[in-house]
Amino acid sequence: MDYTIRIGGQAGQGLQTIGAVLGKLFTRSGFQVFTHQDYMSRIRGGHNYYQVRFADHPVSSSRSQVDILVALDKVTVAEHQDEMAPGGIIIYDSETVKEKYEGEMFLDVPARKIAMDTAGNRLMENTVDVGAILGMLGLGLEQLEKLLEETFLRKGREIVDQNVAAARAGSDYARENCGQCAFTVPADASGDGPPARRMLLDGTSAVGLGALTSGCRFYSAYPMTPSTGVFTFMASQAKKHSLVVEQAEDEIAAINMALGASFAGVRAMTGTAGGGFALMVEGLSLAGMTETPVVIYVGQRPAPATGLPTRTEQGDLLYVLHAAHGEFPRVIMAPGTPEQAFYLTGKAFDLAEKYQIPAFIISDQYLADTEWSLDGLDPSRIEYHDYRLRAADLEKLDDYKRHAYTDTGVSPLAEPGASRHLVVTDSDEHDEDGHIIEDAETRTRMVEKRLLKKMPLIREEISPPLLYGDDSARTIICGWGSTYGVMKEAVDDIGGAGGIAMLHFSEVYPFPGTSKFDYLALLGRAKRTICIENNATSQFAQLMRAETGFQFSDHINKFDGRPFLLDELLAKLKALEKSHA
Amino acid sequence: MPDDPGKSKSETGKGPEIEGKGPAIEDYRGQNPAWCPGCGNLQILRVFKMAMVEMGIEPHELLLVSGIGQAGKFPHYTRCNTFNGLHGRTLPVAQAIRMANHDMRVIAVAGDGDCYGEGGNHFLAAMRRNLNVKLFVHDNQVYGLTKGQASPTTDEGMVTGTQPFGVLSAPMNPVALAVAMDCSLVVRGFSGNQEELKELMKTVLEHKGFALLDIFQNCVTYNEINTFQWYKEHCDPVGEDHDPTDREAAFRLALKAGDRIPTGVIYRHDRPLMEDLIPVIAGAEPLVRQPFSQEDVAGELARFY
Ligand SMILES: Cc1ncc(C[n+]2csc(CCOP(=O)(O)OP(=O)(O)O)c2C)c(N)n1
Ligand code: SF4
Repeated sequence: MDYTIRIGGQAGQGLQTIGAVLGKLFTRSGFQVFTHQDYMSRIRGGHNYYQVRFADHPVSSSRSQVDILVALDKVTVAEHQDEMAPGGIIIYDSETVKEKYEGEMFLDVPARKIAMDTAGNRLMENTVDVGAILGMLGLGLEQLEKLLEETFLRKGREIVDQNVAAARAGSDYARENCGQCAFTVPADASGDGPPARRMLLDGTSAVGLGALTSGCRFYSAYPMTPSTGVFTFMASQAKKHSLVVEQAEDEIAAINMALGASFAGVRAMTGTAGGGFALMVEGLSLAGMTETPVVIYVGQRPAPATGLPTRTEQGDLLYVLHAAHGEFPRVIMAPGTPEQAFYLTGKAFDLAEKYQIPAFIISDQYLADTEWSLDGLDPSRIEYHDYRLRAADLEKLDDYKRHAYTDTGVSPLAEPGASRHLVVTDSDEHDEDGHIIEDAETRTRMVEKRLLKKMPLIREEISPPLLYGDDSARTIICGWGSTYGVMKEAVDDIGGAGGIAMLHFSEVYPFPGTSKFDYLALLGRAKRTICIENNATSQFAQLMRAETGFQFSDHINKFDGRPFLLDELLAKLKALEKSHA
Repeated sequence: MPDDPGKSKSETGKGPEIEGKGPAIEDYRGQNPAWCPGCGNLQILRVFKMAMVEMGIEPHELLLVSGIGQAGKFPHYTRCNTFNGLHGRTLPVAQAIRMANHDMRVIAVAGDGDCYGEGGNHFLAAMRRNLNVKLFVHDNQVYGLTKGQASPTTDEGMVTGTQPFGVLSAPMNPVALAVAMDCSLVVRGFSGNQEELKELMKTVLEHKGFALLDIFQNCVTYNEINTFQWYKEHCDPVGEDHDPTDREAAFRLALKAGDRIPTGVIYRHDRPLMEDLIPVIAGAEPLVRQPFSQEDVAGELARFY
């Protein structure tokens, strides 16, 4: 069983509420859930949809075929009618949509009338729809009732009861009126009984949780989609967990503030999208020169310039890699799932501070907004170690030099003001004390320290790519970041018989070596190697070639601002197979 | 004159051994300045050290943040904690340091180009935020380090290598702008009036709030109009009768130009400090000393189940 529900309408009509409730509900009912959103760059109106896929087996992508379409307006019917799966049903309310549709495919659910009759409140329309969907699927309401209680109890018992009544009426209506509904769900996932102990997590919250668990204490940013979610998440945690979250006057200030806070002795982070990152580049170089730890979250969206503000693309990999003047080490994490986003954010904080470098988490609109069900997260797996010299330890030293030469290139990072030792750093080339120099010898030693000594140690920290599928597969599809889910399902779908496997890179710089896992040998044995990227120029393939000399035999690229859907990727893989046959 | 800093090294290592004796001028000795002889920066540096010693501030209790320019090299020529960052980006760094550690005395040192040109947006935002950061602007009405181009405070008509037809933009009046922005403390000084400048520095350091100290400083190499003599003749200390809390009066003073340019405390408004408005740090330990444990945040995962 594997169903897709798509809720379409204008921004502000409540489709997010319906989608979010369904996602959580199905997760608690024991299903595997994957949701994604498609929205236009406007606050009200436009055409948007929220898609919830749930199944009795792992799912990690969206399909294009829809089983239940909730049409909150006419445009939704027109846009998505052709995407209905056989037996699919479109529910709508002829009173609000102001149109009566004929045919087996349509179910007119008078949500507004039901909401008024049962609860006397038009706002309960969305709850009626959720109830109707559960009714159509033959699922019980117990899970939903618990969720409604959790959500609305702070508004009063009456609101909870009204919502429950509205949901019941919606469910009853669907059960009575959807004669042709032929959906079946496994008996053990009836929606009744104790909730499954599973999470539903989106990429944005995962990065935020990762930062929080890593001891991030300072977040400065300037809002830019799709990075604003992390900013909002951090602000929501500020009071409870002692974070200072500051909206800077621009991205230039944002990164310089993060560096100031980090220099003062707290873990600091900033976040932006490509356009804002362009402004941060000078500050990035400052982090490199002053060896100030900082974590930078880059949520990619299509560019150049402001591009498609609410859409998705993997177009900034080489930019993030090469941005800034001069040579210095950096780390780039490109998580493919919310779970990876959580742990890799943790790793970014750890490496940033351990090596006193900038560490990136690059995501994109698609990963930021998708929700995945997962068994759980283990915060203790995030390494937390305070690498800084604080008062007592610092006081013990006879001598302190912020940029002292060491075997590892890593100098002691001290908290200024914590002792009589002075902490001095400079954007100009400097000596061990942090003071300005110009002589050739010091310059050479500093570059060796900052860059050449640290780099091999940092490379050692990088995990190899993840192999999914058979290591003797004839075809290997390869990718990085947010294409993880759709590639994995493509491997599942084509199956072992097709001899296909996936190689996914989530730690992309320094580029992983082959000592822990000889992925190059694996690729060398394959008959076909396909690099799949949500960009036009195969940036990852370029990086791979530059770092390893390996060249993929084929490429699949998508750059219309939308993510790969499963059926679409499968079709492209098949077409490729044919063209080579 | 070099476009870049000199090679001299500073003495480093531990600060004074004897506690409680108070700092001496010697404790503030840094690298030998690579400024031109006669440069107003040298006087500002001297006065700064005297003010710190008179106030009993130890070098490690101070954090100087600077950008790039002749003024930006200031921290290297004294001794204290230092973050010498980018051209124009002094204030974001300085403010964040204060948010992370509000026990630290933070002084931002900038040039007029640095602060009012490249960093103009940060200057506006900093006055609005009102963190307890002190901003010293060495205002020589010209770009020194890059050899004499016009700055936002250069007078109209001054001919330079990059302004061959004379400066065509109207000059900015930082003091009037600061009054307009309700900057918590607005002060103007002149490097040549050393006794006055020292007292003004102390006033600025003692103030609770964001303070602008715009210091007229002669550049002997690139500004032949606003010379030491010129400043000496034009600077006019504000009288005892000026009430700096009277904003209209402050405006009138700030707008004075031409022959008599007022120096001293122009405007003061004891606005709420941002440090006292951020609940996490208000009346609490500085952020940098607040304990962190992973267990405390682990509970945040719960609402995703
Ligand atoms: C981003 C950037 N742009 C330009 C420069 C070159 N630059 C260095 S100092 C300076 C101007 C300095 O003038 P001012 O701030 O008035 O300081 P002064 O040297 O007069 O003290 C410029 C343009 C730079 N270092 N960084
Ligand atoms: S060029 Fe001007 S500002 Fe720079 S050191 Fe010389 S006199 Fe001072």
